[in-house]
Amino acid sequence: MKADSTTHPEVATVAMESARWRSPEVAFWLLAAGCILLFPNRYLILTEIAWLALFALSLDLILGYAGIVSLGHAAFFGFGGYCAGLLALHGIIKEPVLALLVAGLAAMLLGFVTSFLVMRGSDLTRLMVTLGIALLLRELANKFSGLTGGSDGLQGIEMQPILGLFSFDIFGKVGFIYCLVVLFILFLLARRIVNSPFGLSVRAIRNNPLRASAIGIPVNRRLIAIYTLAAFYAGVAGALSTQTTALASLDGFAFERSADLMLVVIIGGTGYLYGGLIGAVIFKLLQELFSTITPQYWQFWIGAVLVVIVLIGRERLHRWVMFVPRLIASKFSRGGAA
Amino acid sequence: MTLLTILFDGVAYGMLLFVLACGLAVTLGLMNFVNLAHGAFAMAGGYVCAILVNRIGWPFFAALPMAFIASALIGAVLERTLYRHLYHRSHLDQVLFSIGLVFMAVTGVDYVMGSSQMFINLPSYLQGQIDLFGLHVGRYRLMIVVICGLLTIALQLILSKTRFGSRLRAAVDDPRAASGLGINVPQVFAFTFAFGCGLAGMGGALGAEILGLDPHFPLKFMIYFLIVVTVGGSSSITGPFFASLLLGIGDVAGKYYVPTLGAFVIYTLMIVILLWRPNGLFGRSAAR
Repeated sequence: MKADSTTHPEVATVAMESARWRSPEVAFWLLAAGCILLFPNRYLILTEIAWLALFALSLDLILGYAGIVSLGHAAFFGFGGYCAGLLALHGIIKEPVLALLVAGLAAMLLGFVTSFLVMRGSDLTRLMVTLGIALLLRELANKFSGLTGGSDGLQGIEMQPILGLFSFDIFGKVGFIYCLVVLFILFLLARRIVNSPFGLSVRAIRNNPLRASAIGIPVNRRLIAIYTLAAFYAGVAGALSTQTTALASLDGFAFERSADLMLVVIIGGTGYLYGGLIGAVIFKLLQELFSTITPQYWQFWIGAVLVVIVLIGRERLHRWVMFVPRLIASKFSRGGAA
Repeated sequence: MTLLTILFDGVAYGMLLFVLACGLAVTLGLMNFVNLAHGAFAMAGGYVCAILVNRIGWPFFAALPMAFIASALIGAVLERTLYRHLYHRSHLDQVLFSIGLVFMAVTGVDYVMGSSQMFINLPSYLQGQIDLFGLHVGRYRLMIVVICGLLTIALQLILSKTRFGSRLRAAVDDPRAASGLGINVPQVFAFTFAFGCGLAGMGGALGAEILGLDPHFPLKFMIYFLIVVTVGGSSSITGPFFASLLLGIGDVAGKYYVPTLGAFVIYTLMIVILLWRPNGLFGRSAAR
């Protein structure tokens, strides 16, 4: 992100300070990469975690950083997924990375167009409009079955080797590495953006839109920009899911998908990028656990988790959970100083 | 199917939607609480009615009030134990909480009752059509119009004419001043919430025949309830009522004339109306 010409030097210092890499972050990514060796039989779920994390990152950008509530983030996920699927099925673009990019850009365009709808009205109107858009797309995908396969979805999607070099294997190892690399690259970009003056101004808007506009931040333009960017991320996540599972279905647009995603971001904590990633890991593990106990009814327990989280209070829960890493971090820094 | 029949079916459908959604109109529109789980109470009423009629053999018209009472009780208990902690939280928290409840309700009912669609055995005098001034109308739909019409009038009277109605309006407009005047605001809210849930339950029982009753009911009709309230606005009960009629007639006509588009019409309608009037068609000009 290009720095604004009017950026105060102090703002730049704050931005640089929060942009510094810390040891837990490095450890996190090393651990993520280590999963390739650590869990060789669990590539499929690891892949799901990777694209879910990217999807959650996308929602965190608008919910956690910009304070835009959305009940229909699955719109972009599903749209990206169908784009990637259609491109591959019709043989237009069978190269995964290029298809990923095109699907992401398509979702981004959708995000740009719909952002004008979302900017109007109160939180409540936003919730309704975002939900409405996702349902509308789902209905379209359902009705135009000639193009989208209707309720059967798109099946039998075959992808060429990634960049012409690495072909997808049946164990899903390549698929996982592919998702992880995409996640990492887009994470770096997101990290860069949220720590830029642009990112700081978006956070200012979240904290107090009125004051932000009073100090000269173009509120609506910033919100549209971050919403469009988040749509790109969600579209890429959807395309990744389509490419690695070889199918795209109406579930991509479903309300449950948006709701689950909310839970992912809430579990991990909003307003810091790792929240979505950690939330995705915890959510998938919970889902695995619940579906081994009660295969058909795991959603009951997911719902129970949501209710409990809200009743306890997200902030309080977050304080409890962050207590342990803070303790470790403080031990480390003291050890380093001594 | 003539234009008049479509109109009649639409009105019946709309009135049913109104009874289902007016509880939400109060919680969301007046109390400013986003309760996405409203459909779960409707589903509860539907299932209570179905069990009473099909398994125990109660007459349909005796089971209807029971559906109301059961849903109102569930609503009262949940309001006292869970909901009231969330009145002052952000919309996001309320949304998350009620989504959680929806998931629990959907899978819970699926576990207990099975996932297949449930039908209520209607008495024979409610089946078939009768000839009304040359117009063929379904008896069941006619009954819905009558019951829901009476309920609507009763509601309007309760809200505008009774002491409770004025207390509720005062509590909603300014809770602090109302409690200063000696109105027990939490009690008024709890009672209103339970009453809204009861209405939803009765609507669920009435609507099982037309809307279908299965564990996914709360998710399937969530958007319809929300449209009724957001489009109708929150200033009075008449807003949601006209929104329900509009939605009902629009949906029936849309499904008849352009079946390929399906629910597409409704979603588009909602988005366009919300863009045009972000606080709803009959809403107050300023959002709270």
